[in-house]
Amino acid sequence: MRTLKDVPVGKSAVVVKLNGEGPVRRRIMDMGITKGVEIFVRKVAPLGDPMELDLRGYSLSLRKADAEMIEVE
Amino acid sequence: MDIRIALAGNPNSGKTTLFNHLTGSNQYVGNWPGVTVEKKEGRLKGHKDVIIQDLPGIYSLSPYSPEEVVTRTYLVNEHPDAILNIVDGTNIERNLYLTTQLIELGHPVVVAVNMIDLVRKTGDQIDLEKLGRALGCVVMEISALKGEGCAEAAEKAVELARNHSHGEMPHVFNGSVEHALAHIEESIEGKVQGNYLRWYAIKMFERDENVRLELSLDAQLIAHLEKHIADCEQELDDDAESIIADQRYRYIADVVGRAVKKKRVKHGLTLSGKIDRIITNRVLALPIFAGIMYLMYAIAMGSYPFSIGTLGTDWANDVLFGEIVPNFFDGILTTLGVSGWLYALIMDGILAGVGAVLGFVPQILVLSLLLSILEDIGYMARVAFIMDRVLRKFGLSGKSIIPMLVATGCGVPGILASRTIETERDRKITVMTTGFIPCGAKMPIIGLFAGAVFGNSPLVALSAFLIGIAAVVVSGVLLKKFKALAGDAAPFVMELPAYHMPSPRNVARTTVERGWDFVKRATTIVLLSSIVLWFLQSYGFQNGVFGAVEDNNYSLLATMGKMIAWIFYPLGWMGDMAWKAAVATVTGLIAKEEVVMTFGTLYNYAGELSETGDEIWALVAQDFGPLRAYSFMIFNLLCAPCFAAMGAIRREMNSGKWTAISIGYMCVFAYAISMIVYQLGGLISGTAAFSVWTVVAAVVLLVLCWLVFRKGYQARKVERLDSVGAGK
Repeated sequence: MRTLKDVPVGKSAVVVKLNGEGPVRRRIMDMGITKGVEIFVRKVAPLGDPMELDLRGYSLSLRKADAEMIEVE
Repeated sequence: MDIRIALAGNPNSGKTTLFNHLTGSNQYVGNWPGVTVEKKEGRLKGHKDVIIQDLPGIYSLSPYSPEEVVTRTYLVNEHPDAILNIVDGTNIERNLYLTTQLIELGHPVVVAVNMIDLVRKTGDQIDLEKLGRALGCVVMEISALKGEGCAEAAEKAVELARNHSHGEMPHVFNGSVEHALAHIEESIEGKVQGNYLRWYAIKMFERDENVRLELSLDAQLIAHLEKHIADCEQELDDDAESIIADQRYRYIADVVGRAVKKKRVKHGLTLSGKIDRIITNRVLALPIFAGIMYLMYAIAMGSYPFSIGTLGTDWANDVLFGEIVPNFFDGILTTLGVSGWLYALIMDGILAGVGAVLGFVPQILVLSLLLSILEDIGYMARVAFIMDRVLRKFGLSGKSIIPMLVATGCGVPGILASRTIETERDRKITVMTTGFIPCGAKMPIIGLFAGAVFGNSPLVALSAFLIGIAAVVVSGVLLKKFKALAGDAAPFVMELPAYHMPSPRNVARTTVERGWDFVKRATTIVLLSSIVLWFLQSYGFQNGVFGAVEDNNYSLLATMGKMIAWIFYPLGWMGDMAWKAAVATVTGLIAKEEVVMTFGTLYNYAGELSETGDEIWALVAQDFGPLRAYSFMIFNLLCAPCFAAMGAIRREMNSGKWTAISIGYMCVFAYAISMIVYQLGGLISGTAAFSVWTVVAAVVLLVLCWLVFRKGYQARKVERLDSVGAGK
């Protein structure tokens, strides 16, 4: 199972499924990470976490621990 | 009847700018009941009967954060006459997610597409007509920064509110979902007000707890509806919340695809992206951050020729409160021929006390100005992004770094800067620990003892900073283990907003607001405490007669100092220095500079004392000794901050209980550390004899270690999110 955490910097991936539950999952969906959306991994913060993602025309920062909840292909 | 227009939109969409533009100076600021979410309303310029209600910046109407709940409750229970929804035109897809939810509430909606100038610049085209038709509401374009189209959008909202006209609901959902929603609508019809039908139906479908409780449907009906929802979930192989979010975004993507022509190349770099290549660069990010902070500090607080803040503060201290104001009052009081005690009260008590605090206003204004510019352009979100990893380890948020840095200048704006921290727990911990950082006013204390006892060693100041930072780190780890502040699982899902030009109006407003806050405190708490302290310092019993005393050693303050001095016995404050140290600690609560000044008066030094009190070094050295001096210094660096900072804590906590906990924690922590340093340090160096207090200090050290290293309360799962926005 490949998650968003495994996507290298400078590559894109399409969201297949969101794992996890409750408010955090809902917040991630509200921010536009839903099934079928393409996410481009722009960079990783200087100290290795969090990640910067481009999706739906804006930039979102997400910790790797949360990115692990997002299955991609 | 007044017309109420609710102003809603995402964080970073320019909502504050629009609100300020529409209402001008005509604003009322308060808090939403029960939560520390700021509530702002104001009258629309040129319309006495139209109230603009600013709602918190949110991304969705989910039930998980106070901002979202406040907005929902307002929109459903307070029945605004129309909603003015501001949308960031450069980020339209995600912004419309909230818009579709707002429309479902059945109020008249005007969508104001903001930053239209930037949209045009990138070459994108938004077909307002098409967008409006698809969404079933009026869509207009504005530039809040330039003031273009704002009044027109507000006028339109007023017009719709007067006619109660709303368009047809957009067909966001389809297939079995729409079928289930229609079914739910049918079952709850009559139980909710007509226009809210769709919204309640969707919330029922999402199994929104708040709505389920509110409607209190009977069990049989819920079981029936549950079957429909479960069928949908099975068919689409997903849970209800995801299905709704999914279909909503699909619908928006479709609408945007038809109404917006994008020129931007995929993954191409926008201007913000280009700036971020440097600002959040792997190698450059941290040096740039340090550079910006240094520059900010240099301009506001430094001792350079370009340090505007320092120039202003020096002028205020030396000229304004050193000559002009005292001379003015001296003139008046002399002309009036008031009695000696009143003259002394006004000149030595009130003017000296309030003047000392007001002198900081220029530095605070400059610092607030620079901070609000950094906030407004979007740099703060980057700081959080860069620093999150380190600070998370200490139980703090990426954004806690800003308050800490500002606090090296003055704790008051430092504590106020904690407002941008997104989760309430992190914010509380930051407010509780920011006061540990040695501020500018604590420098004279360090200077006094470094000079008097430690031969001016620079290590003293360095150790003071390290102790301050260690206190923050230790407290962060320790406090996060208590249930009320626990929660490592707090998410960090944060938008990195596009950089944009600061709005001079917003920046000016924030700066003035923060400065004014400070002035208000100086003229209330500080005024009162100055009077009380002056009285205690000037009056006392001499030869059994109560009256004004010349010799400070007979003052009420000295008497009280002697009464409370025993409290500090375990810290090594004993003998004649004990009561002087106790008195200085108390006066330090007014302003930390007072500590050195108090020693000056207590050691009967008659002349004007230099800032670090060189003149009394010999006397202090004789009384204190290295270990005792260090114990006193640590206690005064870490214990309760000055009244102005306590006021700031009160304001940010917005709770008497948490203010008391914060100040209490600081005092207890300071006491524990000073005791450990004196007793155990004394035992090792042979300057303090072994006593029962040595054992107590050892036990306290063990308890402290246990508090830091214990497993602590484990937050199982995140029940709710504390806050939404990044930036402001």
